[in-house]
Amino acid sequence: MKIAVDPAACDGFGFCAGILAGLVSLDEWGFPLLSQASVPDELRAAARQAVKCCPRRALLLSEDRRLTEDRPRRRRRAA
Amino acid sequence: MTVLATTLHPGRLLGPEGAGGRPDLARHLATHGPLPAAELWGPNGRQWLLHEVQRSGLTGRGGAGFPTHLKLRTVYRDGAGYRDGARPTLIVNAMEGEPASAKDRALVGGAPHLVLDGADIVAAVLGASRILICVADDRRTMAAQLAEALAQRASGVPAQTAAHVDRTIVTLPGRYTAGEESALVASASGRPGVPAFRPDKSRPLTLGRRPVLVHNAETLANVALIARYGADWFRQLGAVEAPGTCLATVSGDVERAGVFEVETGTPISQIIGLAGELGTTQAVLVGGYGGSWLPAAGAATAYAPAALRRVGATMGAGVLVVLRAGACGLRETARIARFMAAESAGQCGPCLFGLPALADDLELLADGAASPDLWGRIVSRSALVTGRGACRHPDGVARLVSSALDVFAVDGHAHARGRPCPASHAPTVLQFSRPVDSGQGRR
Repeated sequence: MKIAVDPAACDGFGFCAGILAGLVSLDEWGFPLLSQASVPDELRAAARQAVKCCPRRALLLSEDRRLTEDRPRRRRRAA
Repeated sequence: MTVLATTLHPGRLLGPEGAGGRPDLARHLATHGPLPAAELWGPNGRQWLLHEVQRSGLTGRGGAGFPTHLKLRTVYRDGAGYRDGARPTLIVNAMEGEPASAKDRALVGGAPHLVLDGADIVAAVLGASRILICVADDRRTMAAQLAEALAQRASGVPAQTAAHVDRTIVTLPGRYTAGEESALVASASGRPGVPAFRPDKSRPLTLGRRPVLVHNAETLANVALIARYGADWFRQLGAVEAPGTCLATVSGDVERAGVFEVETGTPISQIIGLAGELGTTQAVLVGGYGGSWLPAAGAATAYAPAALRRVGATMGAGVLVVLRAGACGLRETARIARFMAAESAGQCGPCLFGLPALADDLELLADGAASPDLWGRIVSRSALVTGRGACRHPDGVARLVSSALDVFAVDGHAHARGRPCPASHAPTVLQFSRPVDSGQGRR
């Protein structure tokens, strides 16, 4: 299982660093830093929880070797 | 910047007279002749062209240097190609958001029909139904030259492709990051022109439901030459890993800033020699504002991917900025960092906050504000922003800053001890597309 941050979607809420402290820390501006891309087995549940809790849906999780799916486009239509 | 100074060897793209003037279809056809209709538009024309491009070794001239045939293959389909409703779009990238680059302007000014030939050819190979020629909205001359060239072709070039192709010039806001291909596609489709996060870059971008391919204008002009003269001819000049010629924009402390067509692999010292160095050269900025500083000793390096990689640089968009001895490379780097921070698309936190922080640090260093942890903070913040954006904008700035700390290390340590060099408030030699306030004249 691999984890990645979509940096364009992330707004630095930082919930991931609380839920998945073993893997995610925050930089000096409050944005997530991943210590590694692969999720150890014992952190899988926490990783799924962190993905669910991200208000920007900016955490990507993949059981695959590569993250192959594109992000669903953010609904941000011009008014 | 004087855009159009170009007397050059070997003049494949810009011709022996160099760039300038109005588009002239008759002269273009007299120089290069018509496209080889039998090969190109025959039954195996698409495969033939793709194969020639592969054999030619052509690499993208927009900055990334990716092999053109591989990029074509991300959208190319064998056989009948795409169904009618799903035919691809080709984008000609002539945005040229790199402030120190003038090559796309020189090319469009001097040889617009080569660019348009290349676009027609690639559109035919892909089975594209639409060509969008993207130009920054403040480059009116360029847009006008392209429009005139298109108008000349409407009557002067026989219909070349079986399927109908629309050709449209699109003017778009021209920020630094606007020419990044996913940003360009977003902008062309009416969305904000900001880069997209793409975990898998081998998946083609889409415009509506149609696949879209973005090629730099210079790359397409080279395709037009390869289609006429063949891959073997193309490979006769240039470095083996990136053959052909390239357009280099030389500026800074030189007599004649301008665009020069040179073989790839030409030593950097020779290219800047074409522009005439003013005084002794201290360092050269290579690639662009997200590129690298090379010390004067590094100017012997061949301007080609492999040799540049060994000294931590890339060809980028063909930018070379000369800095004379006595100038303050740290101040110039601080100005670039400040400019690049303002040019961030503002989507990704590490870029949005990290680049201004880096620019602050560099200004402190350039000012000679003695602070024991400043140097280390610049190093760690450069590392911190690298790889943390949707696009490579922060990576480029970090690379530039790291190279500045290397190349200007002696000056830098004096600055860090509170002894800035006398030139630290001298005017800049750099080109910027917007005013940059980076401590110039500040007390």
